[in-house]
This record gives sequence, structure tokens and C-alpha cells, in this order.
Amino acid sequence: MTGSEPLLTFENVSKHFGGLSVIENLSFSVRRGSCTGLIGPNGAGKTTVFNLITGVYPIDGGRILLDSADISKIPSRRRIHQGIARNFQNIRLMPHLSALENVLVGQHCRNSGFFGVLQPVNLWPGNRWREEARAALNDAGLGQYERTTVGSLPYGLQKRIELVRALMAQPRLLLLDEPAAGLNPSETEALRERITAICRDRGITLLVVEHDMPFVGALCAEVVVLNFGRKIAEGTPDQVREDPLVREAYLGSDADELQEQRHAS
Amino acid sequence: MSGYIEGVLVLLAINVVYAYAAYLPVAAGQLNLGIAGFAAIGGYSSAYISNTFGMPPLLSIAVGGAVAGAIGLAVAFPVLRTRGIYLALATFALGEIVRASILNLEVVGGAAGYPVTAFIRFPTVAAVALGVTILVWLLFATRFGIAITAVHDDERVADLMGLDVRAFQVAAFTIGSAIAGIGGGLYAHHFSYVEAQYFSISLSISIVLYVLFGGTQSVLGPLLGAIVFTLLPELLRGSAQWRYVLFAAILIVVMVVRPQGLVTGAQVRRLLGLRSKEQAA
Repeated sequence: MTGSEPLLTFENVSKHFGGLSVIENLSFSVRRGSCTGLIGPNGAGKTTVFNLITGVYPIDGGRILLDSADISKIPSRRRIHQGIARNFQNIRLMPHLSALENVLVGQHCRNSGFFGVLQPVNLWPGNRWREEARAALNDAGLGQYERTTVGSLPYGLQKRIELVRALMAQPRLLLLDEPAAGLNPSETEALRERITAICRDRGITLLVVEHDMPFVGALCAEVVVLNFGRKIAEGTPDQVREDPLVREAYLGSDADELQEQRHAS
Repeated sequence: MSGYIEGVLVLLAINVVYAYAAYLPVAAGQLNLGIAGFAAIGGYSSAYISNTFGMPPLLSIAVGGAVAGAIGLAVAFPVLRTRGIYLALATFALGEIVRASILNLEVVGGAAGYPVTAFIRFPTVAAVALGVTILVWLLFATRFGIAITAVHDDERVADLMGLDVRAFQVAAFTIGSAIAGIGGGLYAHHFSYVEAQYFSISLSISIVLYVLFGGTQSVLGPLLGAIVFTLLPELLRGSAQWRYVLFAAILIVVMVVRPQGLVTGAQVRRLLGLRSKEQAA
């Protein structure tokens, strides 16, 4: 269900690494229940935005609001408890754990008290948390790999397991960083259908970083475009596709001049 | 059972306990070279308690383990601020501080060692070792075991998944220290005598080697490592003074061929009949 009120809001957020400004006065919002794309050329700061939302890096200025509550000061470990889950541009599964155990890690935020930590999830098959994780793997068509050590699985399967792990947190906001990278066209289409269905059925708000523009166009109703840490455009995929600043950012002409012209007008 | 075989089996049981003491921190990504120090704390404190208060040996050993665990918990917070080689050096220094302190502690005999009046026989030592083994196996069948491996594999992602990385690291260090204390208590009460020299850095290194040799990815690894390290030198006894040369050569060859250790997590899953459909096909 797509609402008009924002679930996630960036208010003049800035981030510097030493003297290098990577995010500069960035403001945008993601509407509840929407699928929003975050695009831009390499080095635009897209993954940094994800790292700021999840608390990997502290922000240097501005505010990040989730459901109108400022989450900027919440430690990274607690952000998932706020309903924020993510995957990673370069797959970061636990290589020594099986696919099932990796998915069990994703449940941790829902079962993390003293007795939760001592849940015998690997002792007998009937454990409810274990069964939930197995069902999630089966739903994703990964049931046959549940006991395989993920380090030995191919890239595409690892990406799918990482998505299942993120969903186990039952997030309100799901951050997907290049989910279609390395997939062939049919796999990309299957992924798009799956993500659309998941977000629709579970009421998850999606923010996705992706370079595959047809994928973004088909998946996202709204797109935010970054370049050098600044927002240069936002709107529907068709609107941003026609935006001269966006075209220049991707094609490499004098984007600064165009931006100055826009500000002047 | 002959005295020789019983002696070897007692050593094996104690080494298995020591191996699990090192396994917990290693599984969480910590190279703890102070295991012997915690074994000394457990050994001496349990010996002192049973000598002074007449407490039954098993209870004394449990208290010794608790004392070692409490000291492990206290030092875990500052020590675990270091990483990698610095953590190894810090824990090595910790073990040496404990040994040097005991050498100068007259109440437990100082350099002359400390006799222990209470005595436990092989079946008791074996039962405690079995109990520790089962407890660690059960612990690693819970979410705790998965969390420890997750912390070892990728601290950042573990943190983002909501795991309290620091708490799990401290827990692994503390439980490992307590188990080392129990191992020290078993040693003290079986051999009826403890001396500081036994708890040296070479003991710590041997214990860590049990785990690295057996494999750090599964609970079976430390058990196998302790068995090989205890029994192989005995099996090579026939070759007199060459036995340690042969032992070292075998270890080097195995570590070159299997740097991941004798057994991995995937192998254990197959051993338990949990081979995936994909692999079985």
C-alpha cells in the first residue's frame, strides 16, 4: 500500500571523509510502500547513502528520519530493530555458515534476548525458527541448498540467499544495493517480479541502488539521481531519463554548467 | 587398565577440555595465547579451596572454573580492544603475568609448587571432559554458535544484523577462560600437585594448535586435534628420540595439505548425514 507520507526522509544530510565531501546537503524522501530507485554514475555516493541509513558511517550534518523519528544517533546494531534491512553491493554472507544458518542470522533481531540466543536452532528439525528459515529458503527456490556452506555456492545463488536473509528481519524499509548486478536478463526479470511481489504482499518500502535502467524503470515508481554526492534530479523514471542534467552526468559533459543554469532559472 | 594407558587417557581428557577452552575464542576470531594462565587460575584456586576448606574435588573444580571465568570476564573488556597479533601478544602477556604472580605467591607454595590432597581418578576426569564436550556441542547447536561464527566471519555485517558483536566476543572469551580453569582443576586434582612452570606459554601454544590442527569450523575439530596431539607422540614412542621429529614432520605435512584443519563444517554436515540434495544428486 503506497501512502503519500514519507517513511524515510533525508534532511540536508552531509558526509565527509577527511577533506572529501561525499554527500552534500542531500534531501529526499521515500514514500511509505513505494519502490524508489537511487541511481547515479559510479562514485556518486549511492552506497554511502545506504551506509548512512544503516549507521555504518555517522552523518556529519542534517538528519535522517524514519517514520518522522530521527534515527541519526541510533547505533548501527539497533537500526535493524527499527525495521531497516539491507543487502550489500559485494555479497557479504557468512562464508563458513550454511545457507540455512545465514538465514537464521537474519532472524537475530527478532530473537535476540538471553533465551533467544540459546534457542537450539541447529539441534532438532522441529524448532520453529529453523522451520521459518527453511520455509523462506523454500519460497525462494533455495531449499535444496539449505545445508550447503554458502562459500561454495555460485554468485547468483548467494545473492538470492542474501535477499532472503534481509527479509528474515521483517523490515519496513528494505535497501537493495545492485540486486541485479551479475544476473542475466531472465534472472533479472525473475528478480524484479519477486521483489515487486514481496514488497506488495508484505507492505515493505524499497529503496534500490541499480545501474540496470530498464530494471529500475520497471521496478520503481520514483527515482532519485545523485552525482558527486548531490541530488541532481528526482521524479518518475521517464522524467529523470529526459532530464538533461542526468543525461550529462551519465554521458560526461559539463553537468556543473547545466546545474548552475538550473539554479539560476 | 594399565597405569600407562590410564595416564595417557587422563592426559587426553584434560587436553580435550583445554582444546574446547581455546576453541570458543578461536571460533569468535580471537587468538588467545593466555589459555594456560586461565588453566593456572582454575588449577590453583580449586586446589586451594579443596585443601583449605575440604570442599569435594568436583565442586572445587567447578569453583576454580568460575574463578577463571570471572577473571576472564574482567580482563576481556580491555584485552578485546586489541585485535590480531596485538590480541595474541596481550593474552600471552596475561598468561605470563598469572604465572609470574603464582611463582611469587607463597600461600600456594610459590616456585616449589602446591600439593593437592584431594584426588580424582580417570573415570571422574573422563566424565568431566565428556560433560564439557557435550556442553560445548549443545552451545554450538544454539543461535549462540551461529552468532559466534557470524562474528568471526564478518563483524560489520553481524553488527548490522543486530548482533551485539562485543557481547559475543566477551562471552566466547569468558566461557573459554572458565573451561580452561576446569581443565586446570582436573590436572591439579588428578596429579595431586601443581606448579607454575607447567602453565607456560608452550602449553598455551600447544592448546591453540590442537584447535588449528583439528579445524576451527566445527566442534569436532578441537576433539580430533587433542586426540592427534595426545596419542600420536605415544604411538611414535617406538622410534625413541626420533619420535618428536616424526611428530613435527607429520604435523607440517598435514597443515600444508589441509590448512583448514582436519575437519571442516561442510564435512561435519556430511558426516551427520545432512548432505544437501544438490550434493547428493
